[in-house]
Formats: sequence, C-alpha cells, structure tokens
Amino acid sequence: MSKDFESRQWSQLDASDCGLLSPISPSRPKSPWGRFDPYDSQEDQDKEYVGFATLPNQVHRKSVKKGFDFTLMVAGESGLGKSTLVNSLFLTDLYKDRKLLNAEERITQTVEITKHTVDIEEKGVKLKLTIVDTPGFGDAVNNTECWKSVADYIDQQFEQYFRDESGLNRKNIQDNRVHCCLYFISPFGHGLRPLDVEFMKALHEKVNIVPVLAKADTLTPSEVKKKKLKIREEIEQYGIKIYQFPDCDSDEDEDFKQQDHELKESIPFAVIGSNTVVEAKGKRVRGRLYPWGIVEVENSAHCDFVKLRNMLVRTHMQDLKDVTRETHYENYRAQCIQSMTRMVVKERNRKYEMCFPFCLYSKLTRESGTDFPIPMVPGITDSETEKLIREKDEEVRHKIKRHMKTRSAIRHCFSRPWPLFHFLLMPPCLINQL
Amino acid sequence: CRVMTILNRRDAADMSEMVPPEVRPKPAVPAKPAHVVPSSAHTPHGPGAGGPGSGGSTLLGYIGIDTIIEQMRKKTMKTGFDFNIMVVGHSGLGKSTLVNTLFKSQVSRKSAGWSRDEKIPKTVEIKSVSHVIEEGGVKMKLTIIDTPGFGDQINNNNCWEPIEKYINEQYEKFLKEEVNIARKKRIPDTRVHCCLYFISPTGHSLRQLDIEFMKHLSRVVNLIPVIAKSDTLTPDEKTDFKQRVRKELEICGIEFYPQKEFDEDTEDKSDNDKIREAMPFAVVGSDKEYQVNSKRVLGRKSPWGVVEVENPNHCEFSLLRDFLIRSHLQDLKEVTHNIHYETYRAKRLNDNGGLHPISTGVGDTQESNL
Repeated sequence: MSKDFESRQWSQLDASDCGLLSPISPSRPKSPWGRFDPYDSQEDQDKEYVGFATLPNQVHRKSVKKGFDFTLMVAGESGLGKSTLVNSLFLTDLYKDRKLLNAEERITQTVEITKHTVDIEEKGVKLKLTIVDTPGFGDAVNNTECWKSVADYIDQQFEQYFRDESGLNRKNIQDNRVHCCLYFISPFGHGLRPLDVEFMKALHEKVNIVPVLAKADTLTPSEVKKKKLKIREEIEQYGIKIYQFPDCDSDEDEDFKQQDHELKESIPFAVIGSNTVVEAKGKRVRGRLYPWGIVEVENSAHCDFVKLRNMLVRTHMQDLKDVTRETHYENYRAQCIQSMTRMVVKERNRKYEMCFPFCLYSKLTRESGTDFPIPMVPGITDSETEKLIREKDEEVRHKIKRHMKTRSAIRHCFSRPWPLFHFLLMPPCLINQL
Repeated sequence: CRVMTILNRRDAADMSEMVPPEVRPKPAVPAKPAHVVPSSAHTPHGPGAGGPGSGGSTLLGYIGIDTIIEQMRKKTMKTGFDFNIMVVGHSGLGKSTLVNTLFKSQVSRKSAGWSRDEKIPKTVEIKSVSHVIEEGGVKMKLTIIDTPGFGDQINNNNCWEPIEKYINEQYEKFLKEEVNIARKKRIPDTRVHCCLYFISPTGHSLRQLDIEFMKHLSRVVNLIPVIAKSDTLTPDEKTDFKQRVRKELEICGIEFYPQKEFDEDTEDKSDNDKIREAMPFAVVGSDKEYQVNSKRVLGRKSPWGVVEVENPNHCEFSLLRDFLIRSHLQDLKEVTHNIHYETYRAKRLNDNGGLHPISTGVGDTQESNL
C-alpha cells in the first residue's frame, strides 16, 4: 500500500517555473486555501496525503458563495421590547415605519403574522435574515387560542417545503421554515403565566423555542436569579420542550465545557435591548440612560444579551437549522404522510364496500383469495350517488353484524350436544359458512 | 371656608355618619376670607370667621368659632378613622410592595406569611387585610383589599365583575345599616374609598383590559391609575407613555380621581389640575434600604445604580404619597360618601320604589323590604 503512495511523486511535475508552487515546499503546487490549508505545517509537507481534509474548506467556500438564510420568529405580548431586541441583535432598523396602535384601534385586531426580510453582509458572508413577528399576540381581553395563527403559519411553511421537496424542480427551493422562536416572558409576572405555558406547549414540537426574559433592567440581580430558577422549574413541571443545546463532547477542553455549562444555566436569557448609543464613563456604548445610572446592553454583568447573540448567531445558528430540519420538519412530514395514507386506505375501504353491497364480506375475501381491498371504480362523486353509497354502506354493516352474531351463535350451538333438528332450521348459506 | 362647608353638608346628610375633619397639614391660622371688610374701629382680633352667612358684617369680639377645628381634631384622635384602599392589577406588578412602602409598614398580604409561590387563582378573588396604624396620636384602621387573579388568565372576559360586585356589596351593607330604625352611632365603613389601578409599563399604550376595567369602575369608585415598576422606563419614555395614556383615558371618557366635575371652587380646581397633569404617577416601590451618599434610602439596587424611591427625579412615589395620604385622604372619603354612595343609593331607591326601614336591628330576616 505504501508503495503506491510513494510512487506518486509530486516532483514529477514540471510546474516549478509556473509560480504555482507553494513557498514551503517547492515540489507542491500553491494551495488555494492559503492559511486554511490543513496541510500547512512543516511536518505535513514531508508526508504523503490524499488531500481530502480540505473538504470542509470546499464546503465552506460553496456555502459562502450561496449565502445563508435564517428565519427567526419573535413572540410575546406587545411592549416587551421585541422589536428593539431584534434591532439590537442584528444592528439593523427593521421597524422604521412601524406605527403603534392605541388601545381603541387594537380592539378588533387579531393576531397577525408579519415578515420582514433583510440581507446582511459581513466579511464576505451573506445572510438573508427573515424576522417573523406576531403583533397582537396576548393583547386582547380574551386570548383563547391566540397561538393558533402562529402554529398555522409554521405548519404552512413546513407544508410549502414538503410540497417543494416532493416536486419535480428542486433546484431553487426557498426555505421559509422557522428555525427558531424567541419567546418573550414578561419580567413583571411571577414566572410563567398561563398564556406562556399554553403557547409553548402548542409550539414546542414544531419549532425550536428559546425563552427570553424581557426588559431585564427592571430586575435586580437576585430577582433575575430567582425568576430564572422559577421559570426553569415551571418549564420542567409543565413538560415544555425548549431548544436543548447539544452536549459538548467529553474531549472538549475545560473552558469550552465551562462556557457550555454557563450557557445552559442562563436559560431563560435575561435581555435588554437598545437602539441608542449613550455616553458612559467617556466611552460610547449601546444602552439605556436612567437618572440613576446607565445600563449597558453589551455588558455581561448587566444582562445576557451577549450570550444570546453569541448563541443565536455565532455558535448555534447552524444547529438550530439542523434541529429544525431533522426533528421538527421530519415529525411534520411523518405525520403528514401517515395521515395521508390513512385517508387513502379509508377511502379505498369505503369504496370497496360500496361496490359489492349484497355479498357477505368474508365470502368475498375467500373467493377473491386476497385480503387487500381491490382498487376501485373511479369517479363516483355526485351527491345522489354518495347518498346511495352511504345507504348501501349501512346495509352492508348491518349484514356483517348479523352475520357475525349468527356465526358465534352457531358455534355456541354446536359446542353443546343439541338435538339435530335445530340444524335443519338454519338457512343453507349459513351452513355453508361453517 | 372649607370647614364651614363640612358643617353644612353634615346637616344635609342627617348626621348619619360623623365625617371626620381633614387631615391636611395643619394651617397655622385659617386665612381671612376676602369679603370680611374690617371696620375702621373694630378690627376682629381673631380670624374673621365670616362664612357665607355673615357676608360683610364685622364681628365685635372674638367668639371662638374657630376652636371647632381643635374639638374635631380631638374627637378624631379618640375615635380614629378608617380608610379602605383597593389595589388592582396583573400579578407581579408590585402592588403589595407599593402599599407597604406607602404606609411604611408591612400591611399587605405579602407580609402575612403568604408564600409568593402560590398558584394563580382561576377566578378573581377578593382578599382584604386590616391593620391599625398610628401616627402623631391619630389612629387609622387601614384595610387593603387585594384582587389576586385579575388579568392573569388566558380568557379575561368580565374579570372586573367580581370587583364591581364587591364594591357594590359594601355600599349595600352601608345602606342597610343606614336604613335601620335603630342605627349604630358609628356605622362601620367598609366602602372602598380608593382603587389604585396598576398599569403595566410597556411603553406603548394602555392594554384593552386596562381600558375595559377603568371604564366600568371609574363610575363606582375613585380610580387612581398608577404606572407600576416604572424603573423600566427612561425619562423620555416615561413622559411619552404618560401622555399617551392620558390621551387614551380622555378619548375613552374615563374620569379618574380627582374628577373634574367634582371640583368645588377655583382653588380646588387649580390644585387638582396640577395633579391631573401629573397623573398617572410613575412609581417604584421598595421595602429595602441602601446607603446612598451617606444617607439611608429606600430603593432598588442594580449593578448600574440605585433607584431611590423617594427621590422625585427617579420616580413619582413621593408625589403619589403626598397626594393620596397627606392632602386628599379626606377628600377621597368624602367623594366616596357623597357621590359614589349617593349614586348607588339613588339607584336602589328608584329600582325598588322606596326603601322601608327594617324593624329589627339586624334586618337579615326582612330582606324583602329592600
């Protein structure tokens, strides 16, 4: 085996005068990966490699060219700082032209779903960010089932993707599936409210839920800790499955494990958002200016904004997309297919019975020699024939029931030593069945 | 002249209840009414206690009518008086803490061993706690009526109904006592004198539930809207939010206390106008003390600073306290008695074609009369 390797001598190439050779080892062509080349170190130059360790780089390059997309949903009562937080997270101004309705105007408002899309580019990497907002959620006096439109929206996106995936032209499928849902919990309550619980339970199997404790500058540090504990307890108590961070491998270094542990302990993230820059101790920071002090958004001692941003954008964005694709979407797909199959089977059974109305069920299967319902006469759809079909259906069902009853009665009869003349009283076709 | 008006009203109300004198910061000497013209020879020594009756006549000597204030004061100190305040709002808006801060003692349920981990009740409950507090020789029986469960459910339709029912029940109780033949000397007053409504500081505007509640209840009780946990708003946000809230209240026709229609004279009107401009008060409550600039203050401590509860630059708690306790406490009771209670009474009389006095003192057996 090693002989084969050795026979591949790069020095056979005469590329030395083309300037294509790598500066470290003149016998190799210059690597297109530059400093990302996994074979860059001195010792690697002397060994012989196949070279597929550059695959991640190739994937990376292709995806960077294609660009990424990410759909983030924000949900929660109005006035919890959702728009401000989104603007702070992505340093944009998505809600420039938003007009806040007053309470009179909002009386007849139902929960809407609005989408804002923005293209962000940073260091050559393009991100198509879609923010799905839910204005009107939880604002009415009676909020029963106000999460329904949100759940329907998510299902619609899954359905759309499912159809596209099963379609013929799959080149440019647009992925509008919701990758993550930030649910804003009010800091003014004592933990989760009934509405919060219902919303999360309705959606935890459709989307990755990341709970967030909004407007955390209302709370002192001890209050924040208490609330977080309480919320985590309640989440477990009600069986809500929020997004779980993937466990880090046992061979990761201690720092990473420590960070990971801290991240898990910070749920729900206590965040503050701000679109304004204020002056604090001579430097300009994003924050909120109060008469008693300045709250800095990016200061980890003040709030968990940095943790949330890192998690969402820098470390777990891909994982969120993967979980959406592998778990939530697959669940939806499986359910969809199952219900479709069930419908088809039911349809077939019904039409089968309709087609052979006056025969007994078991006799027929014996004659046809098969247990499968035979595919059906197509196209009987108008209402009169439907009625006829239903009536025949009912007749067949009654006949089957009667048949089953008599069959068990007969067996019962013959299990005892009854006089023979009873035998003569039975209709011939039933005798046949025995 | 304020004192005189009380006396007149007392006559009208048939002395059914002793209305205690105001607990305003005691003025040294009541001001001389403008229309008493001192005659050249005989200037009244004492305060010219010329009320509406004496219009212009000069007093020849000091009678001592003004000592009535002192007498009333003494009586009040002996009997004490009661004050019933109701707090309404979503759970977690700091109602109990604010009440404790207002009365500088652990008067709300929070202190009565009630654990904060209790579940949110399924319907709105009414729970009241009474304490007797004393200051400067004056005793006050303070009752705090709490409404846990308000606005916390998913479906909050008509969640104000139990509250309205409770308030009307208290009026009914008082009415029954009043209508008795053998009346008690001092009818225990359980009527709600003031209802503090806590608005959630979203920074946007009022929520629908807020408007519905206030619409229904501003007609039966003195409603004082308050912006809770206002340390979540920067000063600009606070002003914007207050303006928006005031505008919405106006649009919806919600008359909060002090109601414009009950202003008696221009002095009242100008005082109350100033207060109305500043409402709803943006408050912060706290029962913990911290050291700030070598002073011990009530406040909330965060990594970025200490919110001082009694500092008018930080929040309007001191305005609320002065308004509620130091200047308008008596007025709240009067408006409740003279206006809200009278409205209820008139409605009841009209509905039943007249109330018959109950022959027995207890009156529960003769319900049919009412």
